[in-house]
Amino acid sequence: MTLIPRRDFLGASGVLTGLIAAGSPLALLAPSRAWAIDLKALSSTEGATLMAVARTIAPHDKLDDAAYALVIQSLDADAAKDAQLLRTLRDGSRQLGAAFASAAESARVQSLKAVETTAFFQTVRAKTLGTLYATPIAYAYFGYEGEAFSKGGYLLRGFNDLHWLPEVPLEDSGPVPGQS
Amino acid sequence: MTRISQDDSGAVVIIGSGAGGGTLAHELTRRGIKVVLLEAGARQSLASFSQVPGDAFAQLTWLEPRTISGTTTVAQDYPTLPSWTCKTLGGTTVHWTGATPRIRPWEVRSRSTYGAIPGASLIDWPIEYAELEHYYQLAEKRMVVTRRNGNPGLPASNHFKVMYNGAKRIGYKRVHTNYMAINTRPADGRGVCIQQGFCVQGCKTGAKWSTLYTEIPRAEATGNLDLRIQCRAARIEHGENGLATAVVYRDAQGNEQRQKARIVCVACNSVETARLLLLSESAKFPHGLANSSDQVGRNYCSHTGGFVWGIFDKPINFWRGTTLAGIIEDETKHDPKRGFAGGYHLELAALDLPSLPLAGLPSTMWGRDFAFVMEHYRSMAGMFINGEDLPRATNRITLNPKVKDAFGLPVANIHVDDHENNAAMRAHAQRQSKALYEAVGAIRVVNSRQTPATHNMCTARMSKDPGDGVANAHGQTHDIANLFISDGSALSTPGSANPTLTIVALALRQAQFIAAQMAAHSI
Repeated sequence: MTLIPRRDFLGASGVLTGLIAAGSPLALLAPSRAWAIDLKALSSTEGATLMAVARTIAPHDKLDDAAYALVIQSLDADAAKDAQLLRTLRDGSRQLGAAFASAAESARVQSLKAVETTAFFQTVRAKTLGTLYATPIAYAYFGYEGEAFSKGGYLLRGFNDLHWLPEVPLEDSGPVPGQS
Repeated sequence: MTRISQDDSGAVVIIGSGAGGGTLAHELTRRGIKVVLLEAGARQSLASFSQVPGDAFAQLTWLEPRTISGTTTVAQDYPTLPSWTCKTLGGTTVHWTGATPRIRPWEVRSRSTYGAIPGASLIDWPIEYAELEHYYQLAEKRMVVTRRNGNPGLPASNHFKVMYNGAKRIGYKRVHTNYMAINTRPADGRGVCIQQGFCVQGCKTGAKWSTLYTEIPRAEATGNLDLRIQCRAARIEHGENGLATAVVYRDAQGNEQRQKARIVCVACNSVETARLLLLSESAKFPHGLANSSDQVGRNYCSHTGGFVWGIFDKPINFWRGTTLAGIIEDETKHDPKRGFAGGYHLELAALDLPSLPLAGLPSTMWGRDFAFVMEHYRSMAGMFINGEDLPRATNRITLNPKVKDAFGLPVANIHVDDHENNAAMRAHAQRQSKALYEAVGAIRVVNSRQTPATHNMCTARMSKDPGDGVANAHGQTHDIANLFISDGSALSTPGSANPTLTIVALALRQAQFIAAQMAAHSI
C-alpha cells in the first residue's frame, strides 16, 4: 500500500479511503492519517463490500482499516489481470447487497455462512488470511517480531525469558550456548 | 566442475538431491563412482535464504500443480497444496525442522505386531531392526544429532517450558528437547543454533543439517559429481532386456535432454517418485516402471495428526527459538487399550504469524473464533501430532490426465481416505494435548485438521514378497535390477518418526550395496 496524503485516482475504477486511528502504530509510519487506495478493476462500492467481508472473516476490532485495505488492494490487482476472478468478486459482492457493508456483524456472519462454500467466499478468505497477517502493520499489532538472524537470533533476545513456569532440568534440555 | 557425457552409460544417475538423493550422491562419489545428480530446483545458499516467510515459501516449495481426492480434510482445506515438499537443491532438507527420532523396533514389524487390520495394507519391513539400528547410528553421527553420541540437547525455549511442564503434570515421563540434527556447538563445518525460529525458511547459520551444504558440496569436491540443477526428469527409459538405460529430462531452458545411465536412483520425494515411475510406462511396462505388482503409488502414507494450539493469558512468544525442539515419547507404543494400533509422537511446533492462519487452522474456522486465536498470538503454544498412518492400497498416487504440468505431463493426484484407526489416534492425541495444556492453565485449546503432508512415504515400498511392494530390502526394484528407490517412498511403513533420519540411514545402506554390486559387476 502507498499511504498517500492526497489521492490521485486518474484512471482508477474505484477508491477506498480511511483515517488511521490516533495512537495506531501505523500513524508513525504514514505521512498523513488520511489514506486512499485506488482500485483498478473494482468499484468503490464493491471495494467497500469486500472490506466488510474481510473484516467479518478476520474481525480484529482494533486493527486499522488500512490493514484490511491492503487485502482489497491485492484482490483488485489480481482481478485487474483475471476477468474470471473479477466476475466472481463482482457477482459475490452484488449477491451480498449494498447494505452488507453497514449491516451488524451478526447479520454479516449470517450472510457469509450462506455462501461459505462458494468460490467467492473461499477466494476472499484465502486472500484475507494470506495478506492481512503478512504486513508490518500486522506484525506490530499481533506482537510478532519476525526474522531475527540480522539481530543474532533470539538466543540473547528472550527465547527463554518465560518465568511463570518452572525451569526445565538440564537432563531434559541442554546448556545455553555461551553460558555454562 | 565435473562434466559427464550424456552418452556415458557408466554413470549412476540420481534424480533428486534431498535426504536420500543428496546423501547417496556423496556416498557413491566418495567411493570413486561417477554420478549425475539431477535436481528440479535452483541452488540457494545460507546468504540467499529469504527471511520473509511468504517469500521463503515461494523460494523453496514445489508449487507445480498436484490434485487431491478422497475423504481426507486435506482435500477440503488445501486443494491446491495437498503436500508440502521442496523444489530446491537439497530438497526437503532445506525446509525440514531437523527432528530425527528413530522408527521403533515394533514399527518395522507392524503387520506382525498389530495383526490384520481391515482396510489396511500393513507389511513387515524386509530389514531386521538390529541392522537398521546400525545405520541409524551412522546417520546420527553424520548429521550430528543432539542427545545422541554424547551431544548435548538443545536448550529449553519459552515454548518448550510450557509443553514440558504440562506434559509432566499429566504424567508423561519421556519429554525433552527432541533429537535434532541441529548444532548446539560448532561441528561438521556448520554453525550453531541461535534460536532464530526460522528453521522452515532455510537455516541461515547452517546449524541445521541439510544436504545443500554438507553432502552435496562434499560430493562435488570428489570430482566425481556432475550436478545439474533446474533439470526436471520426465521419464526413465529402458532397453530390450528390461534394464534402465537413460533418464530423459528437461533442462533449465526447457529443452529435452537424455542422460545414459548404468544405474538410476529415484529420490524425488514420495509423490513425484511414484509419478515418475508411472510416467515411464512403455510397451514392455504398460503400467509404469517397476510396477508389475501394481504397487507403485499405492500405500501412500503421511503422518496422522495436525496441530494442537494451547491459548494462554500469559506471554510465551513461541516464535522465538528452534521450531521443533521438544518431544513427548510416552505415546510412542503399541497399546490397543487406547483404541487404536500404533503410536504417536507429540512434538513442539510454532508457526510464524503469516503462516498460522494458512497452515495451522482449519478452513472452516473464521470470524470471532478465528480472530480469538490470532489475537492470542503472543500467548499461544503449539504441538504437532506425528502418528503412525496406516497404509491402504487405495490411498495412492495416480496420474491425473485432466491436469498437465508446464511440459504437458499429467500431474500427480493424491487420493486419501482416512482410516478409522487414524481418526481414533488423532482424537486420543488431541484429548491428551488438551489435558496437557489445561494442566498449565490454558484458557482454550484449538485443533487444526490434517495439514498438507511434509512427510510423504511408502509409495514404492520395500517388501520381502515382490507382490507386496516395489523394491527389495536395498531399495532395488523387484522388477529392474539397476533401478533403485532412494527416498521415503521406500519405507515399508511410516512408523511414528519424522522420516528424514530413516531416509538417510537407508541411503547409507543402499550406497554400500550399490558400490558392492558395481564392483562385483553384478549391475
